Amino acid sequence: MADAPLPHPLGASADDAPLYAPRKQIYPQAVKGRYRTIKWIVLAITLGIYYFLPFIRWDRGPNAPDQAILVDLANSRFYFFFIEIWPQEVYYITGLLVLAALTLFLMNAVAGRIWCGYLCPQTVWTDLFYAVERWVEGDRRERMRQDKGKLTLPVLGRKALKHVIWLMIAWWTGGAWVLYFADAPTLVYDLATFQASFVAYLWIGILTFTTYTLAGFMREQVCTYMCPWPRIQAALTDEYALNVTYRYDRGEPRGSVKKNDVLKLQGLPAGDCIDCNQCVAVCPTGVDIRKGLQLDCIQCGLCMDACDNVMVKVGRPQGLIAYDTDMNVQARIEGRPEVRRIVRPRTLFYAGLMTVVGLVMIGSLAMRQSLYLSVMHDRNPLYVRLSDGSIRNGFTIRVANKTLDERRYSLTLEGLPEARIDVVGGDLDQQGRPTVTVGPDQTLEARVLVTDTSSRAEDSVPLRFVLTDLATGDTTSTNDHFKAP
Amino acid sequence: MAHDKHEQVDAVSGVTTTGHSWDDIQELNNPLPRWWLWTFYACIAWAIAYCIAYPAWPLVSSYTKGALGWHSRDAVTADLDALKQQRSGMTAKLAASSLDEIRQTPELFAFARAQGKAAFGDNCAPCHGAGGAGAKGYPNLNDDDWLWGGSLAQIDQTIRHGARSTSDQGHSGSMPAFGRDGMLKREEILQAADYVRSLAGLPTDKSANLAAGAKVFADNCAACHGEKGLGNQDLGAPNLSDKIWLFGSDKATIVEGLMNGRGGVMPTWHGRLDDTTIKALTLYVHSLGGDQAR
Ligand code: SF4
Ligand code: SF4
Repeated sequence: MADAPLPHPLGASADDAPLYAPRKQIYPQAVKGRYRTIKWIVLAITLGIYYFLPFIRWDRGPNAPDQAILVDLANSRFYFFFIEIWPQEVYYITGLLVLAALTLFLMNAVAGRIWCGYLCPQTVWTDLFYAVERWVEGDRRERMRQDKGKLTLPVLGRKALKHVIWLMIAWWTGGAWVLYFADAPTLVYDLATFQASFVAYLWIGILTFTTYTLAGFMREQVCTYMCPWPRIQAALTDEYALNVTYRYDRGEPRGSVKKNDVLKLQGLPAGDCIDCNQCVAVCPTGVDIRKGLQLDCIQCGLCMDACDNVMVKVGRPQGLIAYDTDMNVQARIEGRPEVRRIVRPRTLFYAGLMTVVGLVMIGSLAMRQSLYLSVMHDRNPLYVRLSDGSIRNGFTIRVANKTLDERRYSLTLEGLPEARIDVVGGDLDQQGRPTVTVGPDQTLEARVLVTDTSSRAEDSVPLRFVLTDLATGDTTSTNDHFKAP
Repeated sequence: MAHDKHEQVDAVSGVTTTGHSWDDIQELNNPLPRWWLWTFYACIAWAIAYCIAYPAWPLVSSYTKGALGWHSRDAVTADLDALKQQRSGMTAKLAASSLDEIRQTPELFAFARAQGKAAFGDNCAPCHGAGGAGAKGYPNLNDDDWLWGGSLAQIDQTIRHGARSTSDQGHSGSMPAFGRDGMLKREEILQAADYVRSLAGLPTDKSANLAAGAKVFADNCAACHGEKGLGNQDLGAPNLSDKIWLFGSDKATIVEGLMNGRGGVMPTWHGRLDDTTIKALTLYVHSLGGDQAR
C-alpha cells in the first residue's frame, strides 16, 4: 500500500467521517414473555417504593418526626425506620454505599449487567416512558410510519398528549424526591398551596427536567455514552458471568424456515435462527445481539423473550438467545463439556464481604449508645501553669443526647487520681461531680478544665473521660491525654 | 503510541482510524454523538456569555467588570447581612441580657462563646495568641492569674477600656523605672531582685543580702505590690509570690524590670467593637480561665 495517502498530522484522514453522527431513532417493539413480566414486576415494585415510601409513618414518640424515611437536613438527622442517624454516624451511610457497591459487583459476577437491564433507574423510567409512548402513539410500525409521514393535526395531538403524560410522570418523580426531605403530607399540602420553600420547587423543577430529558429523549444514549458503569463493569466481569447470549453454535448459519429445512434435508449445516430480526426490533438500545456481546446491550433480556416467541411459532426449542457465556458456546462447538459456575471464588468473595460489612453494621447499630461523648484537647496552649504551680489542661467536650428526654450527665476522670475536673458553666451533683445537662435530641459543647496538683515527671499521661447518665446509669468514655511541661 | 501510515481503515469495522495505536489497539475515528457536540458548543457559548456578564479577564491594573455589575465584595456583604439577620434573634438576646444572665443560660452562653471565639481570633489573637496562650509581656488568659482581675465584670472593664490606653476610663498604673530614673542605686536593685525571687520561693544566690532587699522592697515596691508581694489588681500590680511571671522569673529579667519599668498596653475596644461583641468576648475569655477556676 505504498500509494496510501499520507496521514494527517493529527491522525485524521481526508475521508474522515462527519463531525457528528446523528442519532438513529430506535423504535423498540412491544414484546411479551418471561423477562418482560419480570421487568414489569420490578418496575412496579421499584417505582412504587420510590413514589410512596415517604408516606409511610413510623411512631418515634412525641418529640420526633413520624416519617419512616426522612432526611432532616435542618436538624442534621437521618431517619430510617427504627434507625436514627446523627451527623457523627455518617459512616452508616458509607457502609450502606459500600454494601450497594458490593451488591453491584456480585450481580455483575453472576449475570453481567443485570443491574442495567432490570433495576437501574434510567432503565426503569425509560421503560415507563416507552410504555406511555406505545400506548399513545402505537407500537413500532405505527410510530415509524407516523414519524415518516406528514405532521398532521392528529399526529400532533398524539405527540402533545405523550409529552403531557411524560411531564406529569417527570413532575411526580421530582415531587416524590423532595418528600424525603420533609414531612410528606404537610409538604404535599404546602406545595399545592404554593407555600413550600423555593428550594423544594427548585428541586422538583430540576428533577422534572432531568427525568423528562433523560428518560424521554436521551434514553439509550445515557447507557451508551454517559454512564460509567459499562466501562467499569467490563473491567470487573469474567468469563463465567452469565450474559444475554445468542447461541450462534445453534443459530448459524441462519436462514428462512423453508431454506434451512431444505438444507437440513440435504444434510448440510443449518441453524435455528430464521433471521426474522425480532430480537433487533424489540431491543431498546438498537443492538443486534447476534453480533455478540456489545457495549450498548443493557442485558434487559427482551430479545430473549422475542426470540423465544418466534421459536415457539416455528416449533423449535426455546433458548436460542439465553443467559449463557461465550465460553460455553465455544465449548459446545468444540465438543467440550459446558461449565456453569455461579459459586466461584469471585462470587464467594463478594458475598463474604457483603456478609461481613452487613454484620459489622448490624452489630454496631445494635451496640450503639444513646449517649455520645467526644473530647478535643486545647492545642494552644497545650497546658498552663497556675499561680500555685499546678498544671491545667483545657478540653472541649461535645455531648450528644440521643434520647427524647432532657438528661443530666456527670463527668468524671480516670487515670489521674489527684486531678480535679471542672466544667465551665456546669454545676455539681450530690457527690460533687461536675455535670452537664443536655436537652432532648441535642448536643452540647462545653469547656472542661483538668487541673493536676501532683508534681509528676512524665509530660503526657493517658486520661479517660467518663460520662454517666444520672438517671439510667449508662456510661460512655473517651480517651485523651494530660500534657505537662 | 505509534503512527502507522498503512492502517488507515480498521478492517473489522470499516471505520477510518486516527492512526493512534496503543498495544495494537487502534483508535477509531468515530464521529461524536450530536447531543455531545451541542453540549460542547453550548459550553463555549456559556463561557463567552459568562465572560461578558461577569468579571472575568485580568487587565494590566484592573479587570473586565462584566455587564451585570456583579462584584464579589457585594456578594460577601449580602452574605454577611443575611448571616446577621439569621443570628439577630440570639444577638438581640445577648444584647438584652447581663453577663451573669448569659452565663447562666447554657444556650446563650454557648452562642456567646462561639461568637467570642471568632472575635478573639480577629482582634485579640495577635497579642494573646490564637488560644489565648499569651507570650512574654502578653498575659496568658488560660491561667488563673489576672493583672486587672478575672471576674466577668473586671474582664469586661479591661476589654472595654483597656489598660494604659487612650481611654480615660481605662486602667492606669505603671511600674516606675527605678534604675533609669535614678530612684534606686544599682546595688539596691540587685538586692530587691533577690528578695522578690525569694518571695516566690525561687532559689537565690548564697551571697544575696535578703534583709537589705526586704528593706528596699518595703520602701519602694510594697506600695503597689503589697507587703508580701501579693499584688494589687486595682493597679495592675502583679502577684510576685506565685508561679506565673509575665516577663520571666530569672534575676536578669527582674532587674531589667526594676531598671526600666514595665507597663504593657491593652488597647481600648469600646467604640471599635460593638457592645454584644464585647460581651461575647468577655464570656469567652472568662471561660478560658476566669475566676471560677481558682
Ligand atoms: S440486545 Fe437484548 S438484552 Fe441487550 S439490550 Fe437489546 S434486547 Fe436487551
Ligand atoms: S429473534 Fe431469534 S430467530 Fe429471530 S432473528 Fe433474532 S435470533 Fe434469529
